[in-house]
Amino acid sequence: MLLVPCPWCGLRDEVEFRYGGQTHVNYPADPDALTDEEWADFLFMRDNPSGDFRERWFHAAGCRRWFNAIRNTATYEFRAVYRVGEKPPA
Amino acid sequence: MSRRLEAGGSWIDRAKPLRFTFDGAEYEGFEGDTLASALLANGVVDGFWSPILSRPRGVMTDGTDEPNAFVAVLEPWVDLITPATTVPLVEGLVALARAGVADLADAAPAGGRIGHVHRHVETLIVGGGDAGCEAARAAAGRGDRVLLVEERPRTITDVSGGEDVTVLSDATALGVYDDGYVIVHERVRAAAGERRVTVYAGNDPVEHTIPLPHGMERIWHVRAGRVVLATGAFERPLAFVGNDRPGVMLASSAMRYIERFGVLPGERAVAFVTNDWGKEAAGRAGAELVDVVDARDGRAVVRADGDPRVASVTIREADGSGTTVKADLLLISGGWNPNLGLWRAIGGGLTYDEGRACFVPDGAGPSWLSVAGAASGALPESAPLWFVEHGDDAEKYVDLQRDQTVTDVRMAVEAGLRSVEHVKRATYIGTAVDQGRTSGVLTAEIVNTALGWDPGAQGPTNARPPYTPVSYKSLAGPYQGLLLEPIRITPIHASHIERGAEFENVGQWKRPWYFPRDGESTDEAVARECLAVRNAIGAMDASTLGKIEVVGPDAPAFLDRMYTNRMSNLKPGAIRYGLMCGLDGMVFDDGVAMRLGEDRFLVTTTTGGAARVLDHFEEWLQTEWTDLRVFCTTVTEQWAVVALNGPQTRDVLTAAGTDVDLAKEAFPHMTFRDGAVAGVPARLARVSFSGELAFEAHVSSWHGRYVWDALMAAGEPFGIAPYGTEAMHVLRAEKGYVIVGQDTDGTVTPFDLGMDWIVNPSKGDFIGRRSFSRPDTARPDRKQLVGLLPEEPQVLLPEGAQLILQDTGAIPMPMSGHVTSSYRSAALGRTFALAMLKGGHAMHGRTVFAPMPEGTVAATVTPPVFYDPVGTRRDG
Repeated sequence: MLLVPCPWCGLRDEVEFRYGGQTHVNYPADPDALTDEEWADFLFMRDNPSGDFRERWFHAAGCRRWFNAIRNTATYEFRAVYRVGEKPPA
Repeated sequence: MSRRLEAGGSWIDRAKPLRFTFDGAEYEGFEGDTLASALLANGVVDGFWSPILSRPRGVMTDGTDEPNAFVAVLEPWVDLITPATTVPLVEGLVALARAGVADLADAAPAGGRIGHVHRHVETLIVGGGDAGCEAARAAAGRGDRVLLVEERPRTITDVSGGEDVTVLSDATALGVYDDGYVIVHERVRAAAGERRVTVYAGNDPVEHTIPLPHGMERIWHVRAGRVVLATGAFERPLAFVGNDRPGVMLASSAMRYIERFGVLPGERAVAFVTNDWGKEAAGRAGAELVDVVDARDGRAVVRADGDPRVASVTIREADGSGTTVKADLLLISGGWNPNLGLWRAIGGGLTYDEGRACFVPDGAGPSWLSVAGAASGALPESAPLWFVEHGDDAEKYVDLQRDQTVTDVRMAVEAGLRSVEHVKRATYIGTAVDQGRTSGVLTAEIVNTALGWDPGAQGPTNARPPYTPVSYKSLAGPYQGLLLEPIRITPIHASHIERGAEFENVGQWKRPWYFPRDGESTDEAVARECLAVRNAIGAMDASTLGKIEVVGPDAPAFLDRMYTNRMSNLKPGAIRYGLMCGLDGMVFDDGVAMRLGEDRFLVTTTTGGAARVLDHFEEWLQTEWTDLRVFCTTVTEQWAVVALNGPQTRDVLTAAGTDVDLAKEAFPHMTFRDGAVAGVPARLARVSFSGELAFEAHVSSWHGRYVWDALMAAGEPFGIAPYGTEAMHVLRAEKGYVIVGQDTDGTVTPFDLGMDWIVNPSKGDFIGRRSFSRPDTARPDRKQLVGLLPEEPQVLLPEGAQLILQDTGAIPMPMSGHVTSSYRSAALGRTFALAMLKGGHAMHGRTVFAPMPEGTVAATVTPPVFYDPVGTRRDG
């Protein structure tokens, strides 16, 4: 069970969180400007790297805040967490 | 013949004899014995059998790597299957031999105390041998909180010097997980008795005696900053003809039976070794050593014969000549395997050590995990020998618990398998209780050899938690029965019990299902409850509806984006039904929005969807529309809701007492009014899920039971009936009202439901809108909501039944839809159903068929509204 570093609460057990998938996949400003293919791409397609991945977590059974993380998908190591609206660390 | 020597045995206390029963016969041993050492001391050496071929087997090891000597312990604790080598002997122990397979008839009765303990430490050490104790002393010296777990029920005394050092013996680390999370299974077997503890009442110490009964267990959930695996090494057997006979024993195990237990495992021994440790152990094993066959000299043991116990051993010299010698004990040491099951399961890697002919940690594991002592590869050099070429491969056993031989491994390779993981699944090698502790490296190297690969080209398969067997009961611990999952009840629940309600589970909620009166069947009770609503009045506890307050200056704009219809133009005091979709355009939840004020709404959700909808709102507010000034607060449990449905509703509310004007003009359908009901503050809402005239009374949950009782008393002269979820389902289905999650399944759009009217694309963008024009979402042959009337009016279609268009009987039948809801209707005097049918909106009037085992059911497709389609009753 991972220890997840919530930026509001600190290290907490993974069972308190909900995973939110890839982050920075923003809702399109004008969905009608997208072709069906582009819309389907936004809806369904996500990156799946081996290594660092920017992703979202929700501290559902804690502070109930969404936040962003950079986590290595091969080692599960959290490299950084940052709040919504903050720029990802380099 | 084995026996106990007159002296010796550092682990046993000869002043404390113990009596025990094995397979019905009584024996004696000493405190400190294992069941295996006590059996050997009594000359019971070959009482075991292999699980598949029923070959006679004896004790081969002295630990958790034992592949032969399995027992079921029946008293004084119950353990369905465990190696005799790991069972501490206690007075009155009763055990039976088991051929590697448990018998559930031995299962313990339910009950017993199993606690779960949570602990944080800086350092956790697995293994109480020299390396583990050294690591514990070092960690204690740093000031760490230290936990050391030792799987044998032995007192560990050479750990000291720290402020906070805990030693658990008879405790096994079942698994090591991410970020230093370790699950430990602690048992009370040899150490049963009492423990004195001091508890302070204020400043006064109070002495308590805590009983520690046999079989008491605890599961420890440990989060450690550092985990040190000091798990030792297992001596490796060798595969040769007859290597599974009783009397074949690991050399170091034989040495330990002498030195720890004073037990002589045999009189005349031959040793077959590849390394110096094994050679030394054989020399200390107490038996007359007839010959030490060292593979490094080019010599080999090629077969062991006996009936069944070893009586003679055939040795092949370096020059190819052979001799056969008499011996009753054959000591084996084919090298040493670091015990790395826990290391590998958490992602630690292995590398082949050529000199030691074994796989050692490659250092690539998690940063918080380290390996010490023999487990890290501090082991003697060994010749790389796995199996002896000479003789019939089909008599050389690799995995004794699976009765698999060198031939079986070779056949798997000849069938085209190269990976040990595939060979494992073809042969089941490594899938038994010991998870390949004796067979894993042998199998890998036989595969490597068969493929012409170098030794170490591939290593053994992964072992997985739990490290040793553990019962589900232990893992469940106290979280059984009422503690398994939270049970949510409404403030009115006690009344439902008093009225004899049958309950159904809706998520974690207990909801009344129906209220049977004396002798009524389910169908009779539901029909009566439905007729009460249609003809007089019924009352339902609707408190479980999810309720969320959405508050803030941007709440109207926010709800416009969440629902498919417009909520921003709702007037305070008005109510609107709404559908929510996911981004993919599929129906996600439904409910009503009540506008409490300019900046606040109360929205209801399905009973099961409340948490999901709140999360959905939060996700959009926190991650996308962070500029919107909106707060969402769950108030599900703050409000109790009594739903009154039926033509007499106004009369009953009036009788109960209310200051709200209930007249049709003053209080129309889909509005709400604040006032008092039965003397307490209430919000009355005109919403109907039955199609009848209906009012919901929302009151503080503290008043829920009182208001329910008051309304039931006031309704008595009008024939009020409490009704449950089943009648509610029938009533709503008669009106064609869908239940999200029953009639929909995450692949259904509002258009599929025929609810085009609730989608308002002119109001601006909302979640799901863009997906409605995706080609797949706009297909005309999508499954669409229809009604079904079976041709035989009393035949009930099963929910989930598949629908076909032509009843030809030919298989396969093209499936065109399925039944989502199906009931007997008292109001209609017949059965009816709702279904999702391909292109169903254009098929009203056609006949479809549901092929069932007892015969095909024909039904007519209809619109999904069966009762009062214009809504005159509801709006009255």
